[in-house]
Amino acid sequence: MSLSAIFPPELTPDITAVTVRGLSFYRDGRPIFDRVDLDIPRGKVTAIMGPSGTGKTTLLQLISGQLRPDAGRIEVDGVCVHELQRRDLYQLRQRMGMLFQSGALFTDLSVFENVAFPLREHTRLPETLIRTLVLMKLEAVGLRGARDLMPAQLSGGMARRVALARAIALDPLMILYDEPFAGQDPISMAVLVKLIRTLNDALGLTSIIVSHDVKETVAIADYLYLISAGRVVEHGTPRDLDCSASPWVDQFMHARPDGPMSFHYPAPPYFSDLLAEASA
Amino acid sequence: MMAWLAGMGGFVLDRLVRLGRANLFLLRLLGALRFLFQRPGLLIKQLYVVGVLSLPIILVSGLFVGMVLGLQGYANLVDFGATSSLGTVVALSLIRELGPVLTALLYAGRAGSALTAEIGLMKATEQLASMQMMAVDPFQRVLAPRFLAGCIAVPILTGIFTAVGILGGYVVSVIQLGVDGGAFWAQMQAKVQLFADVGNGVLIKSAVFGLLANWVALFEGYEALPTSEGVSRATTRTVVTTSLAVLGWDFLLTALMFGDW
Ligand SMILES: Nc1ncnc2c1ncn2[C@@H]1O[C@H](COP(=O)(O)OP(=O)(O)O)[C@@H](O)[C@H]1O
Ligand SMILES: [Mg+2]
Repeated sequence: MSLSAIFPPELTPDITAVTVRGLSFYRDGRPIFDRVDLDIPRGKVTAIMGPSGTGKTTLLQLISGQLRPDAGRIEVDGVCVHELQRRDLYQLRQRMGMLFQSGALFTDLSVFENVAFPLREHTRLPETLIRTLVLMKLEAVGLRGARDLMPAQLSGGMARRVALARAIALDPLMILYDEPFAGQDPISMAVLVKLIRTLNDALGLTSIIVSHDVKETVAIADYLYLISAGRVVEHGTPRDLDCSASPWVDQFMHARPDGPMSFHYPAPPYFSDLLAEASA
Repeated sequence: MMAWLAGMGGFVLDRLVRLGRANLFLLRLLGALRFLFQRPGLLIKQLYVVGVLSLPIILVSGLFVGMVLGLQGYANLVDFGATSSLGTVVALSLIRELGPVLTALLYAGRAGSALTAEIGLMKATEQLASMQMMAVDPFQRVLAPRFLAGCIAVPILTGIFTAVGILGGYVVSVIQLGVDGGAFWAQMQAKVQLFADVGNGVLIKSAVFGLLANWVALFEGYEALPTSEGVSRATTRTVVTTSLAVLGWDFLLTALMFGDW
């Protein structure tokens, strides 16, 4: 049920890439996270799942230092991200890739130049070497032939793969994936699932996937966290969660419309809300 | 009444906070300019985008404004038999006021709005955030080159606007209305002063306006809400704010430079 399910407990401290302790975060006074604890194991694929709007994207932004927590600590490789100066944070981010939900390709640059961008900005490599590296990264995502296209000419799945090639251009140690499967057709979905797993194992990466697509995510994750309403509801290996006794986990993992999780945004009781207009 | 006061107070506080943010933004922008020594290519590309591509509108507008000045000036001066001063009238109006002010307003419409939309869309589509995630500072890579290019372009565009305007005035008054060409140029040469007129108007005013126009445009884009509505509002605000700021500062600068204290 915990990390010791995949690692012996005495190894756990060195083996976590990201440690989150007592994380609280508010948006417009509304708690998005309320004292959340998480451990992301190194070299594994860890998935963080939860319904839309629970704050999965927010969590990735917190881990990568784009947002600051209101309370608690977030450590990446043993350093506290929200206490870093911009220079040090940028140093850390060179070892971190992030795949944005939208892909976030630079629309004024071709596919080739998008992937070359981090190399040009952070290295002084000669043009021939940059070309080789870019073609290698594009080959890894199967889009070497699309190098001269502009982002507007790509399909959603292709754009995401280009963004992935760009995210691994500097050979990061960790990749954060924001909803990699959302809005993909079954084929590009399968391609992405395979790609994420292969990259993780071939490059020895630590992968963090944030998603609400249960089937695909469970298929590649080594470890799962389920979050809802600002708390970690359950965590464990996919096998643990699949046979969890919790009705909430059961509802989410097997996509049942009825269960403890409500489909409604928090609201006052329906009846009194309807009457409120009349009495006002 | 209390609610009205509170509303007013809230509005003023809001504006002050925004002004403070704008100033911090400018400081960060100025700090990022150093980066351009390493990457002059970025600056040159933006000089083309904001400067060269603004040339057509500046050339055409300058020509027409100069021709109108020639016509109006002639109609007024001819009654006093003073048409030989026409060159001075056209040149001083353009150099002191119309050149810097109209160029800044045209620039805000042509280049400023485009800058706001570009930055706002880059933000809305997470391009700026993904750049930060690749450990590249958008202030250095995206904002600084656009800012410096704009600040260089506006004074040059003002100079061009003014020169073309004077040419337009010449065409109308000398070639069409028959004013003496020698007098047109000689009077202008005698009355227009290099530092007091050209220096103050074309150089200092346009430098101030250029800074204002580009600062506002980039700030509005950077602060735009990341939605299509947010970007469209920011673009409108750029044009409105720049226009008001330019006119307000023009009054101040004119009072300081040409006022009889
Ligand atoms: N920039 C923002 N300002 C205010 N609220 C936001 C912002 N971004 C997201 N939220 C809110 O924070 C909550 C979590 O958002 P998000 O992390 O995007 O959820 P998820 O990725 O799990 O769908 C949502 O309720 C959303 O409305
Ligand atoms: Mg999200």
